[in-house]
Amino acid sequence: MDRYTFLEKFFIYSAIFIFMTFILLPFVEMFYASLRPLDHLFRSPYQFYSDDLSFWAYSEMWNTVPMLGRYIFNSFFLASSVAILTLLFVIPAAYSYARFNFPFKNSSLYILLAINMFSGAVLLIPLYKVLRTFGLLNSYQAMIVPGVAFLIPTSIWLLKSYFEKIPVDLEEAAFVDGASRVQILRHIIAPLSTPGLVVVGIYAFIGAYAQQFLFAITFNQKKEYMPIPSGLYEFIGYQSVKWNEMMAASLVGIAPVLILFIFLQKYIVEGLTAGAVKN
Amino acid sequence: MNKKLRSFNSPTFLAYALIAPAAIYILLIVAWPVLETIRLSFTNSSLAGEDYVGFENYEKMLSSKKFNKIVTRTFVWMFFSVSLKLIIGLIGAILLNANLRGRSMFRVLIMPPWVVPIAIGMLGWLWLYNGYFGIIAGVGMHTGILDGPFGFLAYKQSAFISTIVADVWVGTPMVTVFFLAAMQGVPRDLYEAAYCDGASRWDRFFKITLPQITPVIITMSILSAIWTFNSFEIIWILTEGGPRGATTTLIIDTYKQALGNYKFGRGAARAVVVMILLTLFAGFYLALLARINKKISHG
Repeated sequence: MDRYTFLEKFFIYSAIFIFMTFILLPFVEMFYASLRPLDHLFRSPYQFYSDDLSFWAYSEMWNTVPMLGRYIFNSFFLASSVAILTLLFVIPAAYSYARFNFPFKNSSLYILLAINMFSGAVLLIPLYKVLRTFGLLNSYQAMIVPGVAFLIPTSIWLLKSYFEKIPVDLEEAAFVDGASRVQILRHIIAPLSTPGLVVVGIYAFIGAYAQQFLFAITFNQKKEYMPIPSGLYEFIGYQSVKWNEMMAASLVGIAPVLILFIFLQKYIVEGLTAGAVKN
Repeated sequence: MNKKLRSFNSPTFLAYALIAPAAIYILLIVAWPVLETIRLSFTNSSLAGEDYVGFENYEKMLSSKKFNKIVTRTFVWMFFSVSLKLIIGLIGAILLNANLRGRSMFRVLIMPPWVVPIAIGMLGWLWLYNGYFGIIAGVGMHTGILDGPFGFLAYKQSAFISTIVADVWVGTPMVTVFFLAAMQGVPRDLYEAAYCDGASRWDRFFKITLPQITPVIITMSILSAIWTFNSFEIIWILTEGGPRGATTTLIIDTYKQALGNYKFGRGAARAVVVMILLTLFAGFYLALLARINKKISHG
């Protein structure tokens, strides 16, 4: 194949630079703002240069919002609970879809895809009433219960494609030799599908981490259960917004998800795109 | 295949039993609320109680000028946002598909807006859009494009555009990643044959790449239309639908009616309109998917 000329290379890299600027500017600005003292931030017009950069906001933020640590814990707790519950519901269903033929198999799979298109925002009213009836408002469950429902469809599709990659011959051979289904699940499926389970679990975790805000502002008013995305709003005071500390806390709040994703991005992207691209 | 094997491969009861927990869960948390929303839309439900009111909510809603404006605005907002996501996503995918050093690093670096909770990413945009201290107004003032502070979210038109830009920022990475995956799925020998025949890079793009990835482009345009239509947090955090309703889309209006004023009945009527539109999109998407699958299986 032909190579790029110097000019072509220059042009492509410049275009990539512009593209990346658009994508990364908010994060770069958030990081820069988190390093600057508040009175430097409040200078107009904007100053591109500050000589007084420090990580001070990263230690002061815990005093400004005393519950910050709790909010970060809540976010983790909520996202992990949602991910684990989602897996528990999804593993048997995905296995069934991957291995068995039964009436309504394809139509129910498509219904799952369609459900994916309903966001939580449309169903908030009845969900609010359901949670109120069961006395679940203002609790962890208020954010966990709806969270799981909206992650099940995609997770089933993802895990189904992993299960399909495990050769069925192995199971058939074991079955003919007299192994029970439980034994097959434990000794053949479970070890072979561990990577798939991890990817789907991480996908559910990231999804749950991202969707917390909507459920948190609608179904929960109690501070002690608040996740970080809504907890960050406490940096907005009566007098002024502590932008530097808010940005510092934001970055601390997203760091774990970003790190998780960077390590596993290859697998997650492969899994997500496989369905839409190759199907 | 022996009899035992056949029973192994199609145990209908077991198959349904394994699906049942997930299915029941979805029925309870998604399907039942859909029906309940439809029922509520015929009542004047609020925190105080509810009475059946027939089509009153719908009549009031459809005859109000404000609602019609909101619907139009929603589609204009969607049109610009989706088109920009597709165009920028396609350009991004072409750039990152080029066989150059650093491309695997760039492919990871485009992900953050997609992965990070929208609510947190939007705090960054709130700061960028700040009229006095934000970098965008700052660059504008330093270059003389703006002659003073300018609050991007404070004026009707600029707020409308600003929310679109933020929505494009959230949605572009995913579109890019899907286009990239599609481009990498194009068989290499097609390119090699074309190269041997002397086709230029442009020719190869327009005659091979583009036709090959068209199904994915169509799929992504419908999917991002649906996600954009559902977009709530971006607008809610940046403007709460303001200033003076300039960024109030259907989803925002539904939320405001139902959980801002606790008028569940009116909110439900709006939610039903949203659901009807979503069902149309979804039906369109599934029909298309079925057609694409058929084409593939028939060669």
